[in-house]
Amino acid sequence: MKTFRIGGIHPKENKFSAGKQIQVAELPKQVVIPLSHYIGTPSEAVVKKGDVVKVGQLIGKANGFISANVHSSVSGKVNKIDVQLDATGYKRPAVYIDVEGDEWLETIDRSTEIKRECNLSKEEIVRKIQDAGIVGLGGATFPTHVKLSPPPGKKANILIINAVECESYLTCDHQLMLEKGEEILVGTTILMKALEVNRAVIGIESNKKDAIVHLQQLAKNFKGIEVEALKVRYPQGGEKQLIDAVVRRQVPSGRIPIEVGAVVQNVGTTYAVYEAVQKNKPMIERVMTITGKTAPNPGNYLVRLGTYLSSVVDQAGGVPEGTGKIVGGGPMMGRSLMNLNVPMAKGSSGVVFIKEEESIRKPVKNCIRCAKCVTVCPMGLEPFLLMNQSERNMWAEMEDNRTMDCIECGSCSYTCPSNRPLLDYIRFGKTTVGGIIRNRTAKK
Amino acid sequence: MNLIVIALLTLGIIGAVSAIILYFVAKKFHVYEDPRIDEVEAALPAANCGGCGFPGCRGFANACVKADTLDGLFCPVGGNDTMQKVAGILGKTAVTAVPTVAVVRCGGTCDHRPRMNEYDGVKHCFIAHNLYSGETGCSWGCLGLGDCEVSCEFDAIKVNPVTKLPEVDEDKCTSCGACVKACPKLLIELRKKGPKSRRIYVSCRNEDKGHIAKKSCDVSCISCSKCEKVCPHEAITITNNLAFIHDDKCKLCRKCVEVCPTNAIVELNFPPRKVKEESMTPKEEQLVG
Repeated sequence: MKTFRIGGIHPKENKFSAGKQIQVAELPKQVVIPLSHYIGTPSEAVVKKGDVVKVGQLIGKANGFISANVHSSVSGKVNKIDVQLDATGYKRPAVYIDVEGDEWLETIDRSTEIKRECNLSKEEIVRKIQDAGIVGLGGATFPTHVKLSPPPGKKANILIINAVECESYLTCDHQLMLEKGEEILVGTTILMKALEVNRAVIGIESNKKDAIVHLQQLAKNFKGIEVEALKVRYPQGGEKQLIDAVVRRQVPSGRIPIEVGAVVQNVGTTYAVYEAVQKNKPMIERVMTITGKTAPNPGNYLVRLGTYLSSVVDQAGGVPEGTGKIVGGGPMMGRSLMNLNVPMAKGSSGVVFIKEEESIRKPVKNCIRCAKCVTVCPMGLEPFLLMNQSERNMWAEMEDNRTMDCIECGSCSYTCPSNRPLLDYIRFGKTTVGGIIRNRTAKK
Repeated sequence: MNLIVIALLTLGIIGAVSAIILYFVAKKFHVYEDPRIDEVEAALPAANCGGCGFPGCRGFANACVKADTLDGLFCPVGGNDTMQKVAGILGKTAVTAVPTVAVVRCGGTCDHRPRMNEYDGVKHCFIAHNLYSGETGCSWGCLGLGDCEVSCEFDAIKVNPVTKLPEVDEDKCTSCGACVKACPKLLIELRKKGPKSRRIYVSCRNEDKGHIAKKSCDVSCISCSKCEKVCPHEAITITNNLAFIHDDKCKLCRKCVEVCPTNAIVELNFPPRKVKEESMTPKEEQLVG
């Protein structure tokens, strides 16, 4: 079985919510829809206080190319446009909507019937995706239409669908594949058309055998789509790692995947593309996993954007006793939440409860030069060295040692026998070095 | 015996030839260095803190010697005395600058700002700031993890373990600006030291709207603009929901301190205020007497 060639770890999978049917979460009383995503400029609000909105109506217009539209996920009245704490505790602009009924825009096709034909041209597809405000649902939330518009002179020859879900605990993509397999394949053909490629590979880790078999069977009816089983290895879901695993191409340092002719899209994004293009449904809801070792009722929930995480967690049985940390996203890449009163954003893939005894950071000891972090780094970096340089503010050396290539997967911190906070320091260095590089290019 | 003479002669000749070569090479590649650079360097405090904007004291001395005038060149550690000395050596006139000192613009002690969560990560302000807004409800305030303390070469700023806020030792602070750069929340500012070290400043950086700021911290600036109105010298401006006292206009009248409803404006090193006499009735005065 294929996998990427450099580094990687295999944390315990703990997929408690695997095979749990996607449940539709209750409509909340109020939603708070953030106008800014994690990547790109915040969108501009186009509604004002007192406006009545329907499900799917545009409320935030994209501001620039690397930005995405935001749509109302509920019907009701706009209460206010104000700031709202996001998961990191900083305030971001958001639209507050009081829910009244559930009235959808007439243009949205709400039937469950699968629409396979798509006669739109390449430009029309990208246009529709851009209008629907679709962003990468793997977690980075990079606007999808940007990825589908390669820079001039560059052309993709393969589309890779990221169905790896290498993070432990999370199962939202897995369940989506089981329930919406055919839709995902239609979405893949649409994306292939938009990119003008005739080959697509869906990469799935081998711990999701049912999904592999299911999609392989369905893929027989679709031309040019292959399903590839991959060895379980974290961080296979990283773009560069997945390209290496599937087509054995290495993306050069500091470059983007299109340079080697590959485009990677998350499986959740593919489903959203299907809904946007075939059903005119903008990005207003997503599947998220609520799980944890002590979670009373781990499961996958279809949640409207802007719902408070606390209300979803309550539906899943509430916060279990003895929880030390609540992590938004997967346990490796996710960040612990300050509180649960944060609205769900496009990139929220899950909520994981970590037991108190597991959540405590162990005391930091000295580096014993075992080089385990070097072995596991999927980007071929030397994390111990980068951490030392970051501690001593040696920014020039950090840049020479390719700190900007770090994908922040956390494999180094996970594997360190001395519990050294490698990633924390590398991230610190990365931010500083990034700032220095931006200043330098701005001066030129 | 013969052997020793030969050895001595050989080595002596090699030595002499090398010396001649070295002499001519040294002449040929001689780099003239202004002797005044050494003199200026000796007059500088040798702290090598970089507060002047040059890499160390030697770099600053070099810049002083090369520059036509001393405009814009100032050693914050040495202050005016040092600059006078430097100017004396170089025969130029030094710019006099008002001495400044670092102030921390956050008053959110543990009593004023309840802790809402616990941070158990690396004790490093910048790392914590990168991850999230901090342990308290105020995303603008001090994190208390001591990046400023580490950055200070002069041992002048220390995080108080009780209040979890940094405190500046005025006598030690040289206003080199290292802590200003180290603080990820941009809380530290270099302000005029003022007569008898008396200073008034807004000890808050919260740019949220009043009600949100008040909720997160008792002593935050709620931009009520009372101070702006009461100030007779137009020294106070409010931008982005935050008051700021311009130290070049402030005459230290302390009117703003009295009106501030949240005590966000801080006065330092002033004598205690006189108790108003009319508050005492004649009877009470007799009792006191």
